[in-house]
Amino acid sequence: MQPTLPLFYTFNFYVFGIVAIIAAVLFVTRRSPVAAAMWLVTTMFALAALYIMMDAQFIGAIQVLVYAGAIMVVFLFVIMLLNLGQPSDVADARGRGWKLVAAAIGVAMLAQIFALTRAHVQPSIPPGYLARQIEYTGVIAPVAGPLFNEYLLAFEVTSVLLLAAVVGAVVLGRRRTAVEDAADAR
Amino acid sequence: MNLAMPSVFDLTQPLQLTAALTPDLVLIIGAMILVVAAAWRPDSAARQRVVGWASIVVTLLAMAAVIYFLIEGYGAGPGPIAVDNYRWMVDIVILLGTLLTLMLAIDDNDRELITAPEMHVLVLLASSGMMLLAAARDLMIVFLGIELMSISVYALAGINRRSIRSAEGALKYFLLGAFSTAFLLYGIALVYGATGATNLEVIGQRAMANGAGGPLFVIGIAMLLIGFGFKVATVPFHMWAPDVYDGSPSPITAYMAATVKAAAFAAFLRAWLEAFPSAFNAWHPAVVGLAIATMVLGNAIGLRQQNIKRMLAYSSIGHAGYLLVALAAGTSQGASALIFYLLIYTLATFGCFAVVSSLTRTGAGTVRLEELAGLWNVRPWTAFGMAVLMLALLGFPIFGGAGFFAKWYVIQAALQSDTPQTLLVVVLVLTTVVSAGYYLYVIRVMFMRPRLEGLALPVRSGGLTRFVLVATVLLLLILGIVPDYVVRLTSAGRPQLRSPARAAPYAVGGGFAQPQPMLRR
Repeated sequence: MQPTLPLFYTFNFYVFGIVAIIAAVLFVTRRSPVAAAMWLVTTMFALAALYIMMDAQFIGAIQVLVYAGAIMVVFLFVIMLLNLGQPSDVADARGRGWKLVAAAIGVAMLAQIFALTRAHVQPSIPPGYLARQIEYTGVIAPVAGPLFNEYLLAFEVTSVLLLAAVVGAVVLGRRRTAVEDAADAR
Repeated sequence: MNLAMPSVFDLTQPLQLTAALTPDLVLIIGAMILVVAAAWRPDSAARQRVVGWASIVVTLLAMAAVIYFLIEGYGAGPGPIAVDNYRWMVDIVILLGTLLTLMLAIDDNDRELITAPEMHVLVLLASSGMMLLAAARDLMIVFLGIELMSISVYALAGINRRSIRSAEGALKYFLLGAFSTAFLLYGIALVYGATGATNLEVIGQRAMANGAGGPLFVIGIAMLLIGFGFKVATVPFHMWAPDVYDGSPSPITAYMAATVKAAAFAAFLRAWLEAFPSAFNAWHPAVVGLAIATMVLGNAIGLRQQNIKRMLAYSSIGHAGYLLVALAAGTSQGASALIFYLLIYTLATFGCFAVVSSLTRTGAGTVRLEELAGLWNVRPWTAFGMAVLMLALLGFPIFGGAGFFAKWYVIQAALQSDTPQTLLVVVLVLTTVVSAGYYLYVIRVMFMRPRLEGLALPVRSGGLTRFVLVATVLLLLILGIVPDYVVRLTSAGRPQLRSPARAAPYAVGGGFAQPQPMLRR
């Protein structure tokens, strides 16, 4: 038994959903890396709006701050530092064959999503549970509780993972040392 | 709060979870201290050696902690990690590989003038990821362990920044690794969607309760199989391996060929035995197919290689096939055979790469087979050691040391499984005969060919490299005569599968399974 949603809600859902899909399609089809990155930002914003409509305001805010904000800015920095701003054939090395393969995988995943929406999935939480939970504790605790209890180990291991990534990036990316220059001179 | 160590850890308590992770924490904390120590002063060859030796000490401390836990025989309740002998035995194999890598790397860095002391820190970080993989009883921890291991190894593959081939190999490894990670994640997501859990035991129980599990579950397992297939380099997901192995510095190649493979296989086997036994009929044909393709193609292409690092790369692909045979048995006997094989394979691989490293000329990066010609005349002991190692990889009795027993136990496990894997055993034996084509060829070249005209004598290798060669050869020969003790140890190291009745309902993934107010503001 589906509860009927207010028209305003349905309208907004379709607006943001369609914006997200169109922006995502444009993101993968643009030849200019900067244009592609900007379309990705648009997708992220539309997804954040959808999260907020699902009562996950905290996730929505994090989506905007982390993905649309931090990660995309770093992305644009990389594009500009590597001077990839202009559309070029080198920047887009995808051949026709790969595009067909990608399209086939995309269609398969789409079919999977349709199959899932038609399946009868048992809701794992009773209706209204999340709303009551948010009333009790605010919107952050339902995220923070599992994160720092059941998933504590995963959370901590992630920090070690990031440390390894930073060390690796610094080692590979830093300037050449005098010893290395001397070694090449020999 | 009780600070005394219980004999069975309650992993829902953060403090006891920490205690159960002591050996892993020794390695991680050591790596964190050393990363600061490495950055403290400008890079130099001396600094690289100091940090290398300090890393060896950290690894030995972690090894001591592992052995302490193994002897004390701790257990654990349900949770994201396992505390059992399987974990400790795999940890020993991993830490042994780490130790040998660090020893080879100190000398190899000296020769190639790689002065970044962070190299050793990255090895420690990768190894801590591997130890987590050995412990992981939750697909999220499996994923994080694989990523921690892989990201460190991507950087290690490109650590020689002056070599273009090294950079090419590292980039290829990084891109294909990221690609395979997508499969792994998608598989985890589908399995979670089908069972509502990421904990291996809970997945196993729920899948058992639902019968074989729906198509979602099976597709998820297939995706996980592809993801693991990339990490352990099985045909047809092996194409990255030869280029990456060839481009990386020799110690790192050995590390990738032996230790990375050991850790990935350990998690692979635990996931398959604990979470997916109910879908045996679904995954078994796929694993058998992968094993056959890997054994046949890895060994067949190995025959044509003239570059010894590429030859060893294809040989390691072939060995991944043999290890898959142990996995296809689907029993805990297969698990013990796998651990014993990994131990012997680790020793033999590091010995081979000690020889490669000691014969590599500065800047050349690799050794061609023709450079081995007449090695018997100029470096008799190195030639003798290499011959033993080749025979060990081949699985030759007595002269190949314990290599024979490694293959023997895999065959035994495959034949004594509930569904005897006769086909796999036949292919294993036949491809072993094929592999003699290149292992014995190396011996023939070393002993029976005259040395190439005008080829300079190999430079005397560093003490640590010689130590690794002597230690691995001796251990292999001794274990070939008296394998009993280590075999008993490894057969105690099968994963302790709890029967579903004894396991408490523990839903790591089902955070919302029992609705109750979690925290009051």
